[in-house]
Amino acid sequence: MSSYTSPIREPLVTGHKTYHQITEDLVSPTEKAPNAAWITGFLISVSLLGFGLFCITWTIWHGIGTWNLNRTIGWGWDITNFVWWIGIGHAGTLISAILLLFRQKWRTGVNRAAEAMTIFAVLCAALFPGIHVGRAWVVFYFFPYPNTRGPIWPNFNSPLLWDLFAISTYFTVSLLFWYTGLVPDFATVRDRAKGFRRKIYNFLSFGWTGSAKHWQRWESISLVLAGIATPLVLSVHTIVSFDFATSVIPGWHTTIFPPYFVAGAIFSGFAMVLTLMIITRKILNLQDYITLAHIESMNKVILTTGTIVGVAYLTELFIAWYSGYVYEQFAFFNRALGPYWWSYFGMMFCNVLSPQIFWWKKYRRNIALTFFISIVINIGMWFERFVIIATTLARDYVPSSWSYYSPTWVEIGIFLGTIGLFFTLYLLFTRVAPVVAIAEVKSILKSSGDQYTGPNAIHHGSHDDHSDAHHGHAHDSSTHADDHSHSDSKGSTYMQVVKDDLKKIEGIGPKIAATLNAAGINSFEDLSNSDTNTLQSILDNAEGNFGGNSPESWVVQAKLAFEGKWDELKDLQDRLDGGKY
Amino acid sequence: MADYKDIVYGLYDDEEDLLKAVKIAGDKHIDIMDVYTPFPVHGLDPLLGLSESRLHIAGFIYGMLGTLTAFLGMTWIFTKDWPIIFGGKPHWAVPSFIPITFELTVLFASIGMVVTFYLVNGLGPGVVNPTIDLRITDDKFCIAFDTAETDKSSAESFLRSTGASEIHAKTI
Repeated sequence: MSSYTSPIREPLVTGHKTYHQITEDLVSPTEKAPNAAWITGFLISVSLLGFGLFCITWTIWHGIGTWNLNRTIGWGWDITNFVWWIGIGHAGTLISAILLLFRQKWRTGVNRAAEAMTIFAVLCAALFPGIHVGRAWVVFYFFPYPNTRGPIWPNFNSPLLWDLFAISTYFTVSLLFWYTGLVPDFATVRDRAKGFRRKIYNFLSFGWTGSAKHWQRWESISLVLAGIATPLVLSVHTIVSFDFATSVIPGWHTTIFPPYFVAGAIFSGFAMVLTLMIITRKILNLQDYITLAHIESMNKVILTTGTIVGVAYLTELFIAWYSGYVYEQFAFFNRALGPYWWSYFGMMFCNVLSPQIFWWKKYRRNIALTFFISIVINIGMWFERFVIIATTLARDYVPSSWSYYSPTWVEIGIFLGTIGLFFTLYLLFTRVAPVVAIAEVKSILKSSGDQYTGPNAIHHGSHDDHSDAHHGHAHDSSTHADDHSHSDSKGSTYMQVVKDDLKKIEGIGPKIAATLNAAGINSFEDLSNSDTNTLQSILDNAEGNFGGNSPESWVVQAKLAFEGKWDELKDLQDRLDGGKY
Repeated sequence: MADYKDIVYGLYDDEEDLLKAVKIAGDKHIDIMDVYTPFPVHGLDPLLGLSESRLHIAGFIYGMLGTLTAFLGMTWIFTKDWPIIFGGKPHWAVPSFIPITFELTVLFASIGMVVTFYLVNGLGPGVVNPTIDLRITDDKFCIAFDTAETDKSSAESFLRSTGASEIHAKTI
């Protein structure tokens, strides 16, 4: 991991944590008795899981006839749910592998939970191909093994078999990656535990010692696993899209499917990560580790991938028209204006329009809104798969075979069951393992802790006292003003002046910020030390008309910003109207 | 008693102090048994004289093994063992072997590397390694000396002079 962090990057660990406090904060949820919210959630999840198991048993006992599939509609909710869960399972490996390669430090706050989520989502997904084959007891025929039936082998040319290999590999590699990351943290839990609990965690931690050579190998294996998991994660949804794209069904037989599916998978995966992390950080009090900076970063990924998906939807429409192929044209006409129009417009609204709100920083950092949008996207991505699968199959080449598909209670029950399975496993995980990677957060503390970097740092400029391998040279250079809000900082004067983005104060726009800077108010600290009358006279004396702006709340806002109380500042700003009480 | 070691160890509160101490030990040729830290400390490996890990080479070999297994396996099955014509395509349909070949390459490389990682580290389910200090996995950075190789008093004076916050002796 890079030792350099720009001093103007937002801190990723807040609350002036020490190493010991990190251990304390992250391990204690596994040591305390579960609270009422956890127990309630767990009971609901287990009930859903129980109902799902009943519906699966019902399906296997009575056969696939208990579902509303028919002659043309061979895939319904089963494969819709399968693709939806697999998509959700893409964020974990993306965060842990691709962001590791890109050296994005904010991954450390969310990677553990996201990887766990990946594994549970893939489990839920794998259930559907297993039971949709009908005779679930001979599902092992899929696997190539020497047998007495010839020996006859599966068709290695078939995308469905590629899918089996892709998903088994993905599951295995994700599990290994996740567990290897967990081993040092289990050792941390072990070393705080006594008696039988200590024995269990010693077993789970594989006898980890923390030896320098072990850490070296651990980092080496993490990096190589990340390197090979990156093409793997892209390959998995590519191959899932081949299940559709290699068939000759209008609406499916398109070359855009692999990138479109991969972008959609990352999109839905991040939405689920946000849904889970916003609840988790609240319930387990992890606001210092999963900060607004983390949420904002994830919202940027959501915005990007959501927009890619939007472009893909429009490209599909254009190409259907441009191809001049009537069946393709009908498929898309039918999707948008046929009997399933509601799912098409639901998909467009949830996936393409709703994330556009994240162009505004204010909304990217709004937790309640982010949570709401994340749920909307989860629903929208389910619609996407339903649109692709059901609407296409419901009206095929022969109008006499057209029909309308809606699920039976069994199909709905199995879907609810997988949601129950997912949350049961996730809730158990939060009790057993630290939900934030302890060792990894400790390793970024010196570069991203709020006492070392950002507006709240305690010893600005005194790093040189112990500038070894770590963060010392962050101050050598004066030209690292890579944050857009600091782009106006002039080279060498930059490090001498602590300069904050005053526009974060409600009521201050770029013009007023420049006016205040000219008057020597550059940081939140400077602003919080001013008083309202001084500020008013600065505004009155400045060029331009600032008559409508009142600085009455700025000092209070700046004080909160200076102390790093962003959540409180947020609350205050919600109550303010244009910076006025 | 051949299995037991008498060790002296010092605990440091900060990885910067640890790095300085390890550097001094290297300059003075004091033989450190091992260094234990709560998280990977960068810059430690060269100071300790640890050579680069060769795990990635092993990973490459495992990966190649997976490539060959998948590709040669499918080739043998579809051209020798049980040739079937699918959709009029040739038996040896190389492009459609690529996805599975790729997946098995990744699978073999990761399983092989992870198993190797635990084997060479001597870690695994049920392994109980001696605990030097419970706070090493929390917030302490430890340098340990084996008294059979390093004189106990010189180890202690080294630890004291480099700013260790605690010094202990232990038999593990």
